Amino acid sequence: MGRYILRRLLAAIPVFLGVVVVVFILTTIVPGDPARIMAGQAGKPEDIAKIRKDMGLDDPIPVQMINFVKSAVTLDLGRSYRNNMQVTEAIASRLGATAKLAGLGMLISIVIGMTVGIISAVKQYSLLDYGSMFLALLGISAPSFWVGLLLLYVFAVVLRWIPGTGTGNGEFVYLILPAVTLGVRPAALIARLTRSSMLEVVRQDYIRTARAKGLSWVPVTLKHALKNAMIPVITIVGIETASLLSGVVLIESVFQWPGIGRLFVEALTYRDFPIIRGQVLTLAGLFIFANLLVDISYVLFDPRIRYS
Amino acid sequence: MRTATHSASSEEVRLREKRQPAGRSLWVAGWRRLKKNKLAMVGLGIVVIIALLAIFAPWVAPYDPVEQLIWTEGKAAQLAPPSAKHWLGTDLYGRDILSRIIWGARISMTIAVSATVVSLAIGVTLGSLAGYYGGKIDEIISWLINVTYAFPFLLFVLSIVAFLPASLTLVFVAIGFVSWPSIARVIRGQVMAIKETEFVEAARALGVNDFKIIFRHILPNVIAPVIVQTTLGMGTVIMIEASLTFLGFGTQPPTPSWGYEINLGREYLLAGKWWWSVFPGGAISLTVLGFNLFGDGLRDALDPRLNK
Repeated sequence: MGRYILRRLLAAIPVFLGVVVVVFILTTIVPGDPARIMAGQAGKPEDIAKIRKDMGLDDPIPVQMINFVKSAVTLDLGRSYRNNMQVTEAIASRLGATAKLAGLGMLISIVIGMTVGIISAVKQYSLLDYGSMFLALLGISAPSFWVGLLLLYVFAVVLRWIPGTGTGNGEFVYLILPAVTLGVRPAALIARLTRSSMLEVVRQDYIRTARAKGLSWVPVTLKHALKNAMIPVITIVGIETASLLSGVVLIESVFQWPGIGRLFVEALTYRDFPIIRGQVLTLAGLFIFANLLVDISYVLFDPRIRYS
Repeated sequence: MRTATHSASSEEVRLREKRQPAGRSLWVAGWRRLKKNKLAMVGLGIVVIIALLAIFAPWVAPYDPVEQLIWTEGKAAQLAPPSAKHWLGTDLYGRDILSRIIWGARISMTIAVSATVVSLAIGVTLGSLAGYYGGKIDEIISWLINVTYAFPFLLFVLSIVAFLPASLTLVFVAIGFVSWPSIARVIRGQVMAIKETEFVEAARALGVNDFKIIFRHILPNVIAPVIVQTTLGMGTVIMIEASLTFLGFGTQPPTPSWGYEINLGREYLLAGKWWWSVFPGGAISLTVLGFNLFGDGLRDALDPRLNK
């Protein structure tokens, strides 16, 4: 197991290096002089020249790239053009808010998605099945930011059950709507997949055997079928973690949530390259890590998959 | 080619014809299965209607989408709720929302089709090269696929679009550049399987060159999964475009775009003027739903493994 994890970690290195290079290229071959942006509207030419020198912008592109790879590996991503804050510090200060949001969102989606999926599979072709699968399809098709606005309108404006946007004084109630919004799409995907995966498993001989032994539906479904139906579900949870990271950009913008998603949009608006680079790297790194966890969890759920 | 032999009785020939009706190719059989799938036909219907609205927007839209109607029926045209005259109401500038949605369909559909063409061009080329040649070429292309996959999709597109001068072309090229790996992956796997078959070996033995083997002999056989992937991908592209414009990047005003309308209307939504944001969001959801339903149906119809 240890060797397997090590090998997977090593395989992730070239992918991460590729990401670093692409990020560098993206933020380098764009119009607009970062030094000029940093110096501001009233920046004198000599200030701009000094900033260019300090930031190494006068170095040849390959040298800049090697420096960038070095700084990415050592997590020294420079300072924000806008407020001179360390990039790692700026991201770390916002990561907590996003982690709370994404964690709760994923939890909601797993609980709701799997429950709905299991019920749909057990009650296949019932009204409940059709109804929930139609809802799931809607959940996949509706843009998350729009769903967020609708929820905000219904629960904060019409019903007044929940306060509006922002974080208040950190009360839990402010977290509910954005987390639910974030969870809608993964919940819908998980529900669909759990259903189809369960249906496939329920038809297997060993389930029939368990039923023939006299076991009732509930333990058979939960103990025998669910465990084997979990593998595709784990995959989708892994993949959705990535789109959740994209989703926070939109949802934090709708709910004025002070996480890394909003930091990203602010950085884009101000062309704050170091922050943008840092964020894309952080998120891509998190995504690669999430995939690694998915691969490792396969082995835990399915002994047939070998560490190879 | 097999033909009925002289010795075969007319009864045998009749039976054989019954078993293999004329023209029952993969496509004819697929279309027959698709026609039976009601949900898929609903999806196709939605997509066709939206496409027709987009093509005939100048004739279908009741008003000019950028015309600011100052007065109608003696009342202010600004933010007028849905009425007989303006079915979906008007926005803050007194523009007819229905007309803006119909014209917005043009932008969404244009980007969906163009981005798909870009991603098909890249995905098919790289996927077939990787699958056909294997070895080092496959390693490099697979690495590229993994690197592109490691980026959260929306963030990647945002980082490209935010820095370059805004234009429609940029948006679809950027989306195409990010979305090719899923197509490349499908093609790679299929090409790998098919290049080992006898008819490809026969072509190679006859001295047919690699280019011809890939494009004339292999690709026509892998087209079904690509069509499925492409259809489902169109919905994703529409969603990404809407997300970009919602955040204020991508297509620029006053060009009507669904995501942009939701963004403009969000403040007023929370003040009770719900129609400005709600209807464009509905248009996005409906279109994506159409592509999803149709894509799911296509997958079931074209994948013979599921058709037992």
